[in-house]
Amino acid sequence: MQLNFQRLTALIRKETIQILRDRRFILLFLGLTFVQLFVYSYSASRTVYHLPMAVVDQSRDPSSRALIQALVNSQYFDATVYMDSEAQARQAIDLGQVKADLIIPPHFAADIDKGSANFLMILDGSDQFAVASGYNAASLVAQNFGLQLTAESLARSGGLPAESSGASLPIVASAQVLYNPDLNDRWFVLPGIIGMILQTLAIEQAAIFLVRDREWGTLEQILATPIRQLELILSKMIPLLGLCLLALGMSVGLGVFWFGVPFQGSLWLYFWLSVLFIASCLALGLLISTRAMTQFEAETSALIFMLFGLLLTGLFYPRIGMPLIPQLIGDLVPLTYFLRISRGIYLKGIGLNFLWNDALVLVLYILVVVFIVSKRFRMRLD
Amino acid sequence: MNEFAIATRDLVKEFKTNREVITAVDHVSFQIEAGNTYGLIGPDGAGKSTTTRVILGLLSRTDGESRVLGFDSMRDMYQIRERVGYIAQQFSLPPNLTVMENMRFFADVHMVSPENQKQRIPELLSFAGLSDFTSRLAGKLSGGMKKKLALACSLVHEPQVVMLDEPTLGVDPVSRREFWSLLGNLRAEKGLTIFVCTPYMDEAERCTRVGLIYKGRMIVDDTPASIKTKIPGHLLEFSPSVFAPAIQLCTGMDGVLEVQTYGDKVHVFVDDVPSRRAQIESSLDAQGISHDTPREIEVRMEEAFISLIRREQESSLEETVLPQPPQSSGARR
Repeated sequence: MQLNFQRLTALIRKETIQILRDRRFILLFLGLTFVQLFVYSYSASRTVYHLPMAVVDQSRDPSSRALIQALVNSQYFDATVYMDSEAQARQAIDLGQVKADLIIPPHFAADIDKGSANFLMILDGSDQFAVASGYNAASLVAQNFGLQLTAESLARSGGLPAESSGASLPIVASAQVLYNPDLNDRWFVLPGIIGMILQTLAIEQAAIFLVRDREWGTLEQILATPIRQLELILSKMIPLLGLCLLALGMSVGLGVFWFGVPFQGSLWLYFWLSVLFIASCLALGLLISTRAMTQFEAETSALIFMLFGLLLTGLFYPRIGMPLIPQLIGDLVPLTYFLRISRGIYLKGIGLNFLWNDALVLVLYILVVVFIVSKRFRMRLD
Repeated sequence: MNEFAIATRDLVKEFKTNREVITAVDHVSFQIEAGNTYGLIGPDGAGKSTTTRVILGLLSRTDGESRVLGFDSMRDMYQIRERVGYIAQQFSLPPNLTVMENMRFFADVHMVSPENQKQRIPELLSFAGLSDFTSRLAGKLSGGMKKKLALACSLVHEPQVVMLDEPTLGVDPVSRREFWSLLGNLRAEKGLTIFVCTPYMDEAERCTRVGLIYKGRMIVDDTPASIKTKIPGHLLEFSPSVFAPAIQLCTGMDGVLEVQTYGDKVHVFVDDVPSRRAQIESSLDAQGISHDTPREIEVRMEEAFISLIRREQESSLEETVLPQPPQSSGARR
């Protein structure tokens, strides 16, 4: 495989001029990065606050009111409407007026004293995130409420010093969440989204690039020169790599300064591992373009990787729970590896000693895909 | 075969589709001596472009041999590409690079040193008449200028051979003439070997040697002058008032070898001019078809071309339809 510096620089200069001259393309490229970052970041919040809730309070005593207040105070629920019967409340969910029903049976306070109180929470199961949030919140609130009551009654019976209500419990679990103490979804999601955006842009642009030469007919004229295959492949990858790094810089800048997600690790390491990741995506895109005869074909194929990226890499859905085949497909998507790198460096601030295996996989990935591209792409037209 | 600038022997190129195998180039053999201008002529879809691309190694070869300057088209693809200038049929220079950027790009990829570029690029631009347009985008040039730029780019590395695939397609007659005079100068000054594919017969006449290709097969390979002498008989031309009956009348007549149409004129090949002229005139008069006096004209490449293709069609016995003029399609890839 021959590599001539004069030819390579001429090719890279040509590709760069062509990219820079296409203002619309650059605007679209950076604009898409921008839009995706905002759309994903703001939409990716999975905790649902202020679920509208219908309340059926058949007890109407201080305890039931305290329970309602506790649920509302948790910020997860709003007592939107008070109703008289469970049937009415269920209908409210059917009609989509509320996402949850709280049914408190009669004699709630009396039952509490007997130690056998219960209440019913009905959740709208057609809304996955509402159910998850509501379920967790309701359980937590009920538990706290119960604990508090237990403590109070203990205090009243003289078992504990009764300075204030629920002052001291025998066990207090104090959980500490590392890296994301406020459990802010955006923190968790942003480093992954940056990878997702880069992957989408890199694969799609690389997929189109060779096809465009073919459609313009310039490929024939270029093939008729002594340009070698590796030179052609590299000349397509290097300018796009630069453009993707620009998009990366923009995304990290917005992440830190606009979304306020602090960057914990080494920017330098992040930069180099991102180069590996982008290069693997570009190689994948070129692989698509060796097959695709039209831009439409290329773009459609690139779309599949976007879908895999969204669903199978662990970006939004944990990979641990997936069946084997989706997991294996996810293994073929570069984002799977970059997610660990990006979250690791960005949020945790860990170094290469923890990430070397993912970095190694990306290096191998690039080598293998470029090798396949070089086998598939002959310096001929047929 | 090595002493020739370009040579092929039994060159075959097949395209495989899902249903069938199409033979685009069928055992084509020819040799081009260095310094000659060789014209590969034939109707659209005859296999001219495919032949050119296989010789350059742009398409894989199914069978046979093809060499440029002694280098094998498949094995020594890069050696050939270093020494040959090529203009593809459709305009295919990067359209969003300027004239100058294109020149530099092609100079660099052919590894022309910066010192040589400084001298040669302005020379070629002025030769192509593009000196005033160096900063114009290639895609914004007129059709003729695009072709001249393509020629200038293909010459920037001082190739020994240029291969031009229909270089004047879609170019106005004035620009065509200019383009060919550029080629003539090149041949005279640099001893360049020129290989050109063209459907235009006037361009074929400018070549030292012409190969006529039809349905992938080489029908004749000779100088334009001797190709014209291969057509037997003399040529009479006249304009009748009604076309079809006049042609029908002439076709069956004694001493008529062949009838062709040419615009609003009928061309008749006859064995003897004076006697057949009188015979044609009297028959036309008898049918009440008015006409001008048939004149004897010289056989040009156009007539020779049609006649040769027609004979090829008749001998292959494949065609049941009427022979068609060269403007319409023959075999399509």
